[in-house]
Amino acid sequence: MQPTNRSSRILLPVKLWFVYLTLFAALGLEYIPSGRTPGLPDWVALVLAFWCVREPLAIGMGVGFVFGLLMDVGLGAAMGQHALAYVVLAYFTNSLARRVLWFPAWQQALHVLPLLLFSQVLMVLVRLLAGAEFPGWSYFLSSFSSALLWMPLSLLLLLPQLQPVERDDNRPI
Amino acid sequence: MSFVGHQPPPIFKRGPAPLARLFVFVAVCLALLAADLRFRYLEVMRNALSVVTYPLQMAASTPADVVRNASRYFGTLIDVQLENADLRRLQLGAGERLLRFEHLEQENAHLRELLQMSRRIETRSIAADILYNAPDPFARKVILDRGAQQGVEPGLAVVDANGVIGQITRVHPIQAEVTLLTDRNQSIPVSVVRNGVRGVLYGVGRGMLEMRHVLADVDIQPGDQLVTSGLDGVFVPGLPVATVTRVNRDADAFARIECEPLAAIERSVQVLVVGRAAYPPPPPPPETEGGR
Repeated sequence: MQPTNRSSRILLPVKLWFVYLTLFAALGLEYIPSGRTPGLPDWVALVLAFWCVREPLAIGMGVGFVFGLLMDVGLGAAMGQHALAYVVLAYFTNSLARRVLWFPAWQQALHVLPLLLFSQVLMVLVRLLAGAEFPGWSYFLSSFSSALLWMPLSLLLLLPQLQPVERDDNRPI
Repeated sequence: MSFVGHQPPPIFKRGPAPLARLFVFVAVCLALLAADLRFRYLEVMRNALSVVTYPLQMAASTPADVVRNASRYFGTLIDVQLENADLRRLQLGAGERLLRFEHLEQENAHLRELLQMSRRIETRSIAADILYNAPDPFARKVILDRGAQQGVEPGLAVVDANGVIGQITRVHPIQAEVTLLTDRNQSIPVSVVRNGVRGVLYGVGRGMLEMRHVLADVDIQPGDQLVTSGLDGVFVPGLPVATVTRVNRDADAFARIECEPLAAIERSVQVLVVGRAAYPPPPPPPETEGGR
């Protein structure tokens, strides 16, 4: 969408179908039955945060709400639990969008990490209020592994936008 | 350029402010949570949305299925032979007991006929495998490989070789979700084998159970066996559930009774879904509301 200070490349405009495709792919990754292995990244939260930062005009709270509900249904969680977390996550990442892109990728990850943690804290609070058992501190490892994946994932998701339209040796940029 | 009565083109229109939209969405989410967790109103919505998620879930579980089947296929011959010898030995013991059981059952039916008592409840059972733990880390639930197509219904009891492990709480077409007894929101009505004292068993987390609503002066001791009482009209009566490990009577009017489950609740793999063949008719409505 906009060039960052580190790269002078002008990205192609994003294709909206690609955004939704990656979100559904993340949802599919989330549905892979893995028991209760701690520290698995929250793919949907990560991809949602990425597109909220990159495309704040197109992707926001509405998309977060819908994919949160799909997560709740698929994982058998309380209805609205992930929806609440993702709506809040989308709000904060949207409002960070103008600022975060001026930092290199690992600092972007540091910006996103507290937001991911906050969304997890929200989910824990909601379920504890409803009388569930505390899942243990290893539950929060998921945010850290998601933040670690920020850099490789942002390269991967920007790949379709990095291709030039036509290769021309005489092009200035 | 602009004509009278025409709006300017919506270049800078972006709908309501983000903060206002945040509050609307959060309010909707909280309403959904309340409706689901407090009142269980949203099963219809869940089923509607699962039309979208179900194909994706099936696709996502395929790799896991392949891995599981492959590991079963490549299991060594020696393991299988050892297991086979074990099973033969168990089968002999079980067969002998089964012979006696059939004899006793006939005798029991005969005696009941003589005494003109009602017949015992007919049961039906479905064998199933536990596929994996449910992904929700806040609840103790597992997923079975049998679902509505095989006749699994919500509310049926799930038992392993030693006793009850939980109850079916949600049914999908070819899978079902079992809430284990150790979940904090799960309860099961039980009675003591020795003297028939009734109570309700609740999960307290950490793999332990607690029997509540039993007065402090009731005769109950550590080591007592608890079985399902069947008073809820859902569970089959007489399924073994737990043993009493500790009784604390100095709390207040009610005793604190800690119990340990008989079944390997968090470890069993092969289970049986057990239910009544026919549900009893609903109880007659109470005559007067003030009588209680």
